[in-house]
Amino acid sequence: MSKIQVQTTINGEAAEFLCDGHQSLLSALRDELGLTGTKEGCSTGDCGACSITLDGQLVPACLVLAPEAEGREIGTVEGVATASGLHPIQQKFLEHAALQCGVCTPGLIVATRALLLQNPNPTEAEARYYLAGNLCRCTGYDKIIRAVLDAAAAVRGESA
Amino acid sequence: MSDRGERKYKVVGTRPIRHDGVDKVTGRANYGADYAVPGMLWGAILRSPHAHAKIKKIDVSAAAKMPGVKAIVTSADFPEIGSGGMAAGESHIDPKDLQANIMARGKVLYHGHAIAAVAASTLDQAREACKAIQVDYEVLEPVMTLDRALAKDAPILHPGRPAVGVPPLPEGDTNVMMRLANAKGDVDAGFQAADLVVEGTFEASMAHQGYIEPHACVATARENGQADIWCTTQGPFAVRSMVSVTLQVEPSRIRVIPSEIGGGFGGKTTIYLEPVAVLLSQKARRPVKLVMSREEVFRATGPTSASRIWMKLGLKKDGSFVAVDSRLEFDAGGFAGSPMGAATMTVYAPYNFPNFRLEGLDIVTNKPKVAAYRAPGAPNAAYPLESLIDEASQKLGLDPIELRLRNAVKEGDVASYGPKYDRIGFVECLEAARNHPHYKAPLGENQGRGVGAGFWFNVGLQSSATVSINEDGSAIVRTGNPDIGGSRASMAITVAEELGIPVERVRPLVGDTDTVGYCDLTGGSRVTYATGMAAIEASKQVIEHLRARAATIWGCEVDSVEWRDGQAIGTNGASDNKPLSLADIAKQMGQTGGPIIASASVNPPAAGPGFGVHICDLEVDPETGRTEVKRYTVVQDAGKAVHPSYVEGQFQGGAAQGIGWALWEEYLFDQNGKMENPGFLDYRMPVASDLPMIDTVIVEVPNPLHPYGVRGVGETPICPPLATVGNAMSRAIGVRMHQLPMTPPRVLDAIETKKG
Repeated sequence: MSKIQVQTTINGEAAEFLCDGHQSLLSALRDELGLTGTKEGCSTGDCGACSITLDGQLVPACLVLAPEAEGREIGTVEGVATASGLHPIQQKFLEHAALQCGVCTPGLIVATRALLLQNPNPTEAEARYYLAGNLCRCTGYDKIIRAVLDAAAAVRGESA
Repeated sequence: MSDRGERKYKVVGTRPIRHDGVDKVTGRANYGADYAVPGMLWGAILRSPHAHAKIKKIDVSAAAKMPGVKAIVTSADFPEIGSGGMAAGESHIDPKDLQANIMARGKVLYHGHAIAAVAASTLDQAREACKAIQVDYEVLEPVMTLDRALAKDAPILHPGRPAVGVPPLPEGDTNVMMRLANAKGDVDAGFQAADLVVEGTFEASMAHQGYIEPHACVATARENGQADIWCTTQGPFAVRSMVSVTLQVEPSRIRVIPSEIGGGFGGKTTIYLEPVAVLLSQKARRPVKLVMSREEVFRATGPTSASRIWMKLGLKKDGSFVAVDSRLEFDAGGFAGSPMGAATMTVYAPYNFPNFRLEGLDIVTNKPKVAAYRAPGAPNAAYPLESLIDEASQKLGLDPIELRLRNAVKEGDVASYGPKYDRIGFVECLEAARNHPHYKAPLGENQGRGVGAGFWFNVGLQSSATVSINEDGSAIVRTGNPDIGGSRASMAITVAEELGIPVERVRPLVGDTDTVGYCDLTGGSRVTYATGMAAIEASKQVIEHLRARAATIWGCEVDSVEWRDGQAIGTNGASDNKPLSLADIAKQMGQTGGPIIASASVNPPAAGPGFGVHICDLEVDPETGRTEVKRYTVVQDAGKAVHPSYVEGQFQGGAAQGIGWALWEEYLFDQNGKMENPGFLDYRMPVASDLPMIDTVIVEVPNPLHPYGVRGVGETPICPPLATVGNAMSRAIGVRMHQLPMTPPRVLDAIETKKG
């Protein structure tokens, strides 16, 4: 069975990979492209550990077929920080101790970035419902939600 | 031990950013499935479609001819080993059972039990080959309930294996693997003297640890018998021991390199994949990667026990306990070894009972073999007692916290499980809960408030740490405990405190079994306590080196050098010398005696127990039975919080797991013993929108066994919630429920029952 060649953009850079027709984008990112920051927790779209953006829309990479990435713009956790430093979301996650084991963290950071682009000033309830697709088993979400709300303020320029 | 009380801390108690944080927020941190090596093969495991069956024949000949297949392993590839105990952190493991759980031998004991494994060039090829393996089964009746397991005509999971423990034991073939008992005083007389007796049978469901990262490993076996295993685990040395015993090779033949760990909660204290990957790698002479799917995690790795506990509590009118009796039945899954033993020890631990009695049973069923889950057995055990205390408080018209205070254990009391309590903080926690604004806040319609308490021993065990000094005056601390929730930060804080340097100047590392001294696993709430003590001891030895180097530089006796605030300071005739910082000394290491490094090891036999008290407000929709957690507060004695944010995080995370267990989480099996909900959609763990903020109160009653007074904090937080939430429910709907989880249909049933 021959492989499918896919040309796409990942975190702003042109990328190319070969995949099987039934391969998930999650598997292609991790196993073909070495982008292991996107985690696999369930592969059924229930845990959010593999959250990425596809043309700006938040999706679980496990539910996207790798060939569907053709011509699309993919955003992963590896593209959140820049040469000038961490993104405020990442910084606030650290300051608020919003991670324990850290395996859900990449997905939560990508999801939070998508949330804040859509809603720069979410209420606690809005943040909780938007992030309800990202499971965390360690924290009870308290510090995550605080980090998200504080990051929103930082992105709006309202906090240090 | 002179530090406690009077010591002013500079670093301990602060909240620095964790050292491994940047890698974890940028995706750089490598977890179990993130590792790959050149030439690596992918493995897949064939699992039983039956919950209980004899394996008559396994034919791998067709599978072996499939494209890409490089190796196939069945139980025939494992050495035959005898029974016997091996220590495994907080529990004991039977090596024969451990091996038979990893790869079924002769019989499958649960749906999903491993039958064979294949390594192939691609994962798809390995999976296809698994389908081509022919297995002949003789299907047996699955034993899916405690009642069926205990019935006289029950199918027997382990024929010929007698029950062990405290007589009277069941005779002949039985599904009871162990019976324990304990008693004090005259329980029957106690009940006769009681003014009030409350009684009930309380059931908790089989629940999974629910770590987000599935089990994963890569094994590389070499022709000379050495093997490397990269894996996600709570204990690299435990993996080494368990692989060693299941494959009957010397531990030194195996090097275990722990990845970052994506949650464990006890579930990664045992092994499933590692010996299989080693055998596949030996046969294929290539590295082999095995990664579980979420479904495999649910079906074939350890949840914790379902339990059914009957309990009867007698009290005087003033609320003092006069007698308690209970029978604790724990579902072990396919092999012996539920946390029943720990449950019998924790169940009465928080209170003084003049008379008590209990019996505990470890019962096997055709469900996955249970594994440790955060304070194993203790949440199940706390659930009935804390529920009956609540019921008694209602019937006696006493405040539930006041009732607990009248019976709570204090320093000098003898614990029901044997030892005399040293300094403990249960009373302080109860008082802090009673004084918390949450406890006095008004409640709305259809709302109820519950309180509950919990206890966990915590453990000490073996730990090593090495502290070395860099030429720039910074330090490295190395241990063998995977960082599951911020322990690198607590190690660095500890070393920074001792050396007197900023915490950012200490790099904490987690080593592998070849590069660091032995450490028991990350579990038992022991790392910050025990491994922290090893780090303190190694730091103190480093300070001795630093004083000696300063003495060499100054040409004075070492007794004339003090180490204070990160500096060598001259005294007794050497006081004219300008103090030397750690950096000053480090710069001259090569001229004053060479590298500065020290290692220390500890093996504390005890740890200082943890107590917690939780408060929960629930709102129940009487039309739908849907429950909302409106407010939740955790009060717990941490002894001394080394990094308060991560202490709070343990409190909040444990409470959230307990809330999930109380309200939503349970294993559902069909009549054939197949789990019906092996995914996160249907096995319903709490999501962000299910929970409120979780308030925390850190009580600090110093632990006399630790130089800073530290107590383990990780496990206690999951002990109170089952009853706390249950008590809130009973006050919200006006009727007490006895079965978890309290799902909407069960809540509606309870409301209907009340209406009559």
